[in-house]
Amino acid sequence: MNPLLGDRRATLILIGPALLIYSVVMLVPIIVSFGYTLTSGNAITGFTFSGLENYQRLLTDTRVRDALLLTVRYAVLMTILQVGFGYLLSLLYVFVLRKWSSAVRTLVFFPVVLPTVAVALLFQQMFAIAPQNGLVNTALEAVGLSSVDWFGDGGTAFLVIIIMDVWRSMGFYGVLLYAGLLDIPEEVFESARIDGASGFGLVRRIVLPLSLPVLVSSLIFSVNGTLKVFDSILALTNGGPGTSTSPLTIYMFDTSFRFGQYGYGSTVAFLLTVVSLLVTVFIFRANRRDLTKD
Amino acid sequence: MTSVDTAVPAVPAVPGSATPLRRPAPRRRGSSRRRVGQIVSGALVALLLVIVVGPLVWMLLGSFKTQTEFLEQPVWALPQQWNFDNYVFAWTQGNFAQYASNSVLTVFPSLLLVLLFGSMAGFALEVLVWKGRGAILITFLAGIMVPTQMILLPLFAAYFRLGLTGTLWPLLITYTATSLPLAVFLMATFFRAVPREIFEAAMLDGAGLIRSFFLVGLPMVRNALFTVGLVQFFMLWNDLLIALTFTNSGSLRTLQVGLLNFTGQFGSVQYGPLFAAICLNVVAILVIYLFLNKQVQKGLTAGAVKG
Repeated sequence: MNPLLGDRRATLILIGPALLIYSVVMLVPIIVSFGYTLTSGNAITGFTFSGLENYQRLLTDTRVRDALLLTVRYAVLMTILQVGFGYLLSLLYVFVLRKWSSAVRTLVFFPVVLPTVAVALLFQQMFAIAPQNGLVNTALEAVGLSSVDWFGDGGTAFLVIIIMDVWRSMGFYGVLLYAGLLDIPEEVFESARIDGASGFGLVRRIVLPLSLPVLVSSLIFSVNGTLKVFDSILALTNGGPGTSTSPLTIYMFDTSFRFGQYGYGSTVAFLLTVVSLLVTVFIFRANRRDLTKD
Repeated sequence: MTSVDTAVPAVPAVPGSATPLRRPAPRRRGSSRRRVGQIVSGALVALLLVIVVGPLVWMLLGSFKTQTEFLEQPVWALPQQWNFDNYVFAWTQGNFAQYASNSVLTVFPSLLLVLLFGSMAGFALEVLVWKGRGAILITFLAGIMVPTQMILLPLFAAYFRLGLTGTLWPLLITYTATSLPLAVFLMATFFRAVPREIFEAAMLDGAGLIRSFFLVGLPMVRNALFTVGLVQFFMLWNDLLIALTFTNSGSLRTLQVGLLNFTGQFGSVQYGPLFAAICLNVVAILVIYLFLNKQVQKGLTAGAVKG
């Protein structure tokens, strides 16, 4: 105990404002939202108690099943792709570009800070077919293929979402993993090279194992973020065509604000919270087991 | 990383850039294989840059084109003249002046509050000694992981009951609260690196805890404040979910919600103004990023815990 730095009144004054705002605007609403799951109605019409009805509906609702599947499919695919491309970028920065990587890093990172809505509208135009072909369809026709109505079908629309989000996020993971690679001492590479390791062998036997911790934390960040995907899909396809690209977040938004069902909307939000907590805990534990095995 | 054979510079074979640095290579044997490798990696980097920059250049060019150019010229054609009519249209007809002012009026006040309260709490949690600080820190950490969707509906109901709906207050309050957990967490991490002795010395000089926070603590972490400010600025400025939930009328829209409604507002697509609107939305971000790209990259990756 350090008596100099222990003072009740000062502590209260310093932590008070943040704790008060955080409690009133986040903690209390989380609890209230949980309470909403047991009701039906909304802020304007008032709430009535409905027991476990919302949970029963959640289990049988095919739209929830589809939305959950889409969310998981998006999260898995995006995590593999954005961390994978990010890792390739970081290897490029460290081993190929070396001292000259700064400019490339800066450029490739730029899409990360762009507003998602702006990027989504830009990609809508790039993949447009009517009234006029966008860049992508024009390029397809130039090489003798025919134009594709990208947003007319759930499968191709999903593909555009993935392409756009990889474009937006790979620079971020590139820089994140680059910082991790820089932490590996140079002597390790030197001695590995003297032992005859080079190229892919060096990457596979030396670089990959040593960068595993930062790779795993990237995976956790990625899953945690991609499960909550909202902006990019809403702005690019608005969940369509139909509901074919609606993740849980958009379904929650629709039920709550378009149909005014706060109780059921909260139940969907609760499901989303449970899924992201489960996945985070799961990855943490899987990671810990691997590290103790080695 | 310095390699074992430093004789061959590891520059991609981009014409011009590599030549001044080329030195005579003593090891002849591997040099032709090296050359091929350089060309391949140079081509890869070029492709990467085209993929990243291409769409942005196309967007900028499009913002100067007229509607007839869009419909009659090929998509990759350069604009026939550099006029700013599209920008004027987007700024005035598209209400962008109003949207920008809404964004500024909500993002900057909450940034100020987040930095002040966040650094105060970070200091209290990391430097001060008191019972229960571990539990409080974990409580803040939990706030980073919980999806925002979980708090939207109760907040919407509360703002409605308090009569705040129809003003910018809901945005300002929600922005401040949702940014606090990450700010508190990051500031606590930064205070960890400041030696305790400095605060103890300030205390022995009779400064008092509050005074030593403002006069000694804050100046010591001003770089951290700047980093956290940048991270939160990008998160709030680009926010769509919260803005979409609490802006029920056109005059409250932030830049992002305004841009999202832009296509719907003008019926069939007005390409030029749309591209100009996208560019307008990007300009502020671009300027900040050009000047501060190192800090932005460092800050945003430090804030990666928030998905």
